[in-house]
Amino acid sequence: MELRKSYFADVRKDDLHEIGQPRPRSDSPGHVTGKTAFFADRNFPGMLHLKMVRSPHHHARIRSIDTSEAEKHPGVVKIITAKDVPHNVYTILILIQIGPEDETVLADGKVRWKGEAVVAVLAETERAAQEAAAKVKVDYEVLPAVFDMEEALKPGAPLVNEFHGQNYYLYDSGECRKVRFGDVEAGFAAADHVLEQSYQSSPIEHAPTETTGCVVAPEGNDRFTCYTNTQAMFFTLDNASIILQMPGNKLHFVGGTVGGGFGGKVDVIVEPIAILGAKLTGRPVSFIYSREEEMQISSPRAAEKVVIRDGVMKDGRIVARKVTGYTDAGAYSRHSPYGAQKGAGHYPGPYTIPNVWIDTYCVYTNRTPSSAMRGFGVTIGDFALEVQMDKLARLIGMDPLEFRFINAYRDGDMKAHRQPTEGAALIECMQEASRAANWPVAEKFMAMSSYVKGA
Amino acid sequence: MAKVPVQFTLNGSEKAEFIDSGTTLLHALRDKIGDTSPKGGCHQGTCGACSVIIDGELRLSCLTLAETCNGAAITTTSGLSEGGVLHPLQHAFLDTFATQCGFCTPGMIMAAKVLLNHTPNPSRDDVVEALSGNVCRCTGYEPIIQAVLRAARANSQNAA
Repeated sequence: MELRKSYFADVRKDDLHEIGQPRPRSDSPGHVTGKTAFFADRNFPGMLHLKMVRSPHHHARIRSIDTSEAEKHPGVVKIITAKDVPHNVYTILILIQIGPEDETVLADGKVRWKGEAVVAVLAETERAAQEAAAKVKVDYEVLPAVFDMEEALKPGAPLVNEFHGQNYYLYDSGECRKVRFGDVEAGFAAADHVLEQSYQSSPIEHAPTETTGCVVAPEGNDRFTCYTNTQAMFFTLDNASIILQMPGNKLHFVGGTVGGGFGGKVDVIVEPIAILGAKLTGRPVSFIYSREEEMQISSPRAAEKVVIRDGVMKDGRIVARKVTGYTDAGAYSRHSPYGAQKGAGHYPGPYTIPNVWIDTYCVYTNRTPSSAMRGFGVTIGDFALEVQMDKLARLIGMDPLEFRFINAYRDGDMKAHRQPTEGAALIECMQEASRAANWPVAEKFMAMSSYVKGA
Repeated sequence: MAKVPVQFTLNGSEKAEFIDSGTTLLHALRDKIGDTSPKGGCHQGTCGACSVIIDGELRLSCLTLAETCNGAAITTTSGLSEGGVLHPLQHAFLDTFATQCGFCTPGMIMAAKVLLNHTPNPSRDDVVEALSGNVCRCTGYEPIIQAVLRAARANSQNAA
């Protein structure tokens, strides 16, 4: 489908050389010949294999760790516990001043989710590492766990993460991110109808075909090359530098070739411990998630709950919207405080609503830590918002597409988070969708424009 | 652990290795022989990224023991182009943008090659069936299906 020339005719440029032209991808010849070097295609003589001992409990105190039997297992070269990690407590977004540091590289005294890394075993073969990992004895005192966000926010709920002190992320705005615009209660009072609905989603796994991992090779001069499939090269380098207390110039990261990411490879999970393993043994180290680890251990998209209360007039105008959003971070922050914050800015949707009230909470539970995935913080919100839009249209007996034209934001409209709208194209998209889907709307809507005043 | 000898041809070249008994063909190809074109996505026979051709049949190298391949003729995607000239399937994958991350691509090409060897003029359903054991998380499969159909057309035009 080509964009009609009539759209944005007075502001668009058509003398573009690259945009709109098919160009061969530079990486495809490597893909079709099998020559593209993914991180796991690097093989070094004497390479060790790292396997992780993981928590079988959702929430437990660690009384003791006994690695003596594992150390005796044939082929085992090194066993790493929390005390070996120079800066064991970290958080990814500390690089942009989003703290506190709240996650352990290897569990220290406590585990907060089922699958949490406790002990790293390095051995000559994958099999030896796996067998030795099974011989590590960890004595746990199981603690009460909480898996539901609203339960976690209630007084007396088990405390998931002591580094926060409460089961939500404390923003500078308080217990949640807040957007306040107009007078939402006055809007509801004036509305012809008020509709409140709640929407929930489960965690979603990215399931890339290539599992998360890295291969680290010592260069012999106290410098380490890390071949990785991270989607966040410099985030990973800088966090590894903090965790290992090593200057960045000792770390050489090679990557950019990712066998499917979708946001699932932006956390800093495998690289620091693999580099530490290479440092402590002086040997190359490979740490590759099994398929089971990819599905169970890597961060999924957060579970979310969205409660939307809208006031709507019979003529189709939405006059008030109140949203409470909950993002299930799991046991640790990773990227979720940012995801919940994005939701706060996004929940009015691409609609101009004069009275808006939004609270979004980033909640800690004893579930697998969640993190980035394709539009995290807004994708589930969009699902909720658009289902809500259909329900509102049905409530007032209006065509759902025409209902969206009435409320669509246009250039110059003030958004609830006080950024004026610029470069809107929703109306034009809906006009084209109306034609493409053969879903006709009234002529006045087909004559509207996102940016021409009065149209 | 006792080593066992294994000998086969890989893309027309004789290969011989001593391996641990129980080593998978995937591991032997990638880590012993150095052909990393078959990929390990699941190591449990569900994703198809490790697909290779053994004596003309499509096989999952992660579920095949290397020691069972003595005397076999094995083909991988790295052996498909001849003298730097791409195979029609490789060309078709380029032309239809059938690769994104590229991790499933070598396995997809193997599955497609076996299909076209047996069925030179496949229907769309034939292609879908032939690729049904190979997982792709990027493309949504359609460009890959188009690539295989395009390669089949190119082959039949060349033959005509």
